[in-house]
Amino acid sequence: MATKLNIKDKYRLLTRDLDWDFDYQDRKEAFPQEDFEGIKITDWSKWEDPFRLTMDAYWKYQAEKEKKLYAIFDAFSQNNGHVNVTDARYVNAIKLFLTGVSPLEYQAHQGFAAVGRQFSGVGARVACQMQSLDELRHVQTQVHAMSHYNKFFDGFHEFPHMHDRVWYLSVPKSFFDDARSAGPFEFMIAIGFSFEYVLTNLLFVPFMSGAAYNGDMATVTFGFSAQSDEARHMTLGLEVIKFLLEQHEDNLPIVQKWINKWLWRGYRVLALVAMMMDYMLPNKVMSWKEAWEVYFEDAAGSLFKDLARYGIVMPDYVETIAKEKEHLSHQAWWIFYNFTHASAFHTWIPSAKELDWLSEKYPSTFDQYYRPRFELAAEMEKAGERFYCSGLPQLCQVCQIPMGFTEMDNPTLISYRDSVYKDDRYHFCSDGCKTIFDDEPEKYVHSWLPVQQIFQGNCGGADVETVLKDYYRINMGADNMEYAGSPDDLRWKAWKGVA
Amino acid sequence: MTIEIKTATLEPVRNTFAHIERRFGDKPATRYQEGTYDLQAVANFHYKPMWQPEYELNDTRRTAIQMEDWYAFRDPRQFYYGTYVQQRAKMQEVAESNYSFFEKRNLADLLSDEVKAKLIRFLVPLRHVEHTANLNNVYGTAYGYGTAITQALLYDGMDRFGIAQYLSRIGLIFDGNTGDKLAEAKTYWLQEEVWQGMRALCEETLITKDWFELFVVQDLLMDTLNYDIFFNQFEQWLRDNGAQDVAMLMEFMQNWHKDTSRWVDAVMKTAVAESEANKATLETWISAWRPKVEAALAPLAEEMLGAQALPLAQAELDKRLNKAGLFK
Amino acid sequence: MSKVYIALQDNEESRYIIEAMEEDNPDATVIRQPAMIRVENENKLVIRRETVEEKIGRDWNVQELHMNLITLAGNVDEDDDQLTIEWKQ
Repeated sequence: MATKLNIKDKYRLLTRDLDWDFDYQDRKEAFPQEDFEGIKITDWSKWEDPFRLTMDAYWKYQAEKEKKLYAIFDAFSQNNGHVNVTDARYVNAIKLFLTGVSPLEYQAHQGFAAVGRQFSGVGARVACQMQSLDELRHVQTQVHAMSHYNKFFDGFHEFPHMHDRVWYLSVPKSFFDDARSAGPFEFMIAIGFSFEYVLTNLLFVPFMSGAAYNGDMATVTFGFSAQSDEARHMTLGLEVIKFLLEQHEDNLPIVQKWINKWLWRGYRVLALVAMMMDYMLPNKVMSWKEAWEVYFEDAAGSLFKDLARYGIVMPDYVETIAKEKEHLSHQAWWIFYNFTHASAFHTWIPSAKELDWLSEKYPSTFDQYYRPRFELAAEMEKAGERFYCSGLPQLCQVCQIPMGFTEMDNPTLISYRDSVYKDDRYHFCSDGCKTIFDDEPEKYVHSWLPVQQIFQGNCGGADVETVLKDYYRINMGADNMEYAGSPDDLRWKAWKGVA
Repeated sequence: MTIEIKTATLEPVRNTFAHIERRFGDKPATRYQEGTYDLQAVANFHYKPMWQPEYELNDTRRTAIQMEDWYAFRDPRQFYYGTYVQQRAKMQEVAESNYSFFEKRNLADLLSDEVKAKLIRFLVPLRHVEHTANLNNVYGTAYGYGTAITQALLYDGMDRFGIAQYLSRIGLIFDGNTGDKLAEAKTYWLQEEVWQGMRALCEETLITKDWFELFVVQDLLMDTLNYDIFFNQFEQWLRDNGAQDVAMLMEFMQNWHKDTSRWVDAVMKTAVAESEANKATLETWISAWRPKVEAALAPLAEEMLGAQALPLAQAELDKRLNKAGLFK
Repeated sequence: MSKVYIALQDNEESRYIIEAMEEDNPDATVIRQPAMIRVENENKLVIRRETVEEKIGRDWNVQELHMNLITLAGNVDEDDDQLTIEWKQ
């Protein structure tokens, strides 16, 4: 009679033993990327599999999830689910998601395939391959969920094309390009750990709760369905860091440096989430500040306490971020309000009620620094002088966000930093970005900065309007500009039967 | 309650995304189309990969094959993630019931010692070959170009991981879940003369750099020959030798190969039809690799099935090469 | 002391899992949010297969949890009989 195998032994026998020591070729040539980052792995067999999902179980559970998910997508489009959202302004949040975030899922799919090929330990490899497959699932389910919105709203129609070109989309794109162009271990710390484990809740939970609070059933459904994979990914991210730190003490300073870098890099990308939460949701879930407190300060606090036994300390700049949480979303939304003519989504001035909400959520900063500015802009708009910034903004060489963030001890003063490298001067929005540049200038001098590229004539036109229309493929007057009076706004009113 | 929506005002403003419309016209698109075409980034990469600074992150130059449009590699199965996992879930449900049936009724006990020894010696070590196929296909996903082919390569890669696990389970069935037979099979893989050509071939594929070349070697040459020997001819041998029950454990692999060949053939045909240069490249690769693959398989085929086995498999391969428009 | 937590989709199956968790983790706090149920506890949470099976009235595989999982925090250890989430400090 056969003995019953427990899940750990079964997984080991079915999976871990598939690989072998080479006799005919140099194994290093088959897995050539493991050494160049300075990480020392002495024994891959010490890898603890985070979840022991065999492939047949994977197919079974994932197929079940997909069946449920697509049934809801079908119902959503058959019933014109888009008319049930709170307000068409809300849809701009998911335009930002499809153009800015979904292509990152695709890059995650590619990046995890690469590490899933490169790691010479079979346990780690397989976990990464499954994540690669999951990430492909995420981008495809997102495209399929948004497909219906694309039929009724502007701004979705050229999402991959725009992601490769449009100025604010280079913020998320460069983030992932950065991770994928790094070595396999840095990729895992960047994406598997810093992004998936530490920051993903700040991306997904606000977007999905925002969708739930605003009647967007399609997004809630793919969000929750995707999150069920995310728990596996988070566990992988944590396993990687523990594994590296347990393998060799020399790995500690390298890993710590990467955590510092990637926390800051990821946080800068989340500026887009911050403004989405505070400004783009008609029904608010919680403020960015509250989200940062719950999902970073509380949750990551426990995590870093746990990692302290390896000598890992809380990343640099967490204190700066804590100060910025009072300002970040307001400054980001102001940048976009200024440059809405060059964006594939709409902006607007918050209503009086929304301004009051912001005052309540940000008592120490909003009334003092931001409310007067928005009230003035609202008056100008009322007088028919809706304000757009005609110039092109200077971008940070690292995070690529326009220089609009301020010093924290003086929120009226824009923060500028710079470094000189090989006789050229490079500009940064913050100490965080400057430090990242100074550590690897050779990498960041290559940044494809959208504004510089326009000035250099690489975006197919001398004037901004031609760039927007032909190079970005923005439908002028439909995808861009103020929300009020936009085709989205007019259609929405027609569907709802309001003037 | 009726919903007070005038249908006229709910006419969509567009049928699909602009890049899908440019390819397929202004009409509603399929989920395969929207979930596949033009998803991968093509321009304005920010940094040079530290692991390969001579190329961009996504770069067509990682293979000698060149395509005007990389999305010409349409998957005839039209697999996107959702259809892929649902299709495989159906197959695994059948496989699961086959494996349970086999185990519960102790069908292994009905087999002769000769058959059992043959399964451990020839079928179970194949899990290491499948594991190689996993890596070779995932390699194409990581370094290939265009979602149409790279997603299908990942599906193939994960399938091979699943097949390696099914083959491992066959070992466990015969050792009462102790892992002894898996260890024995691995010893054959590592030490026995008859397997060394195959192992050397697997190791060589794992250091091969051109991802399309690797696709041809693994998914066309090796798979056509291996699957014919192991899952077609050897299955027939099992039937002829009173071991037809084992066929139940091989049904997944047979169905999988049939399904996947449809995709591999379509990719080959498209690559050949694209240009004379592609055709020449493919023929050069095949001429160089085919003898190696056959030499690796020859001793196995002969010991398992006799001298007539390899020529039969070769005829299968000839058919597929012909179908792709090669060597004519 | 650090909190571990797990969040499940608010659906029929999760209700039984939560019930089982409440029984096996008497100090845990259950927080019901829109579409989501979050269970948190100091340092450790455990989901036991046997308890879930008792509540749900059928065989239940620990890996079925993946169907309803939204997020979690803590080190995970999964075997045939239970899933444990824990901070080791």
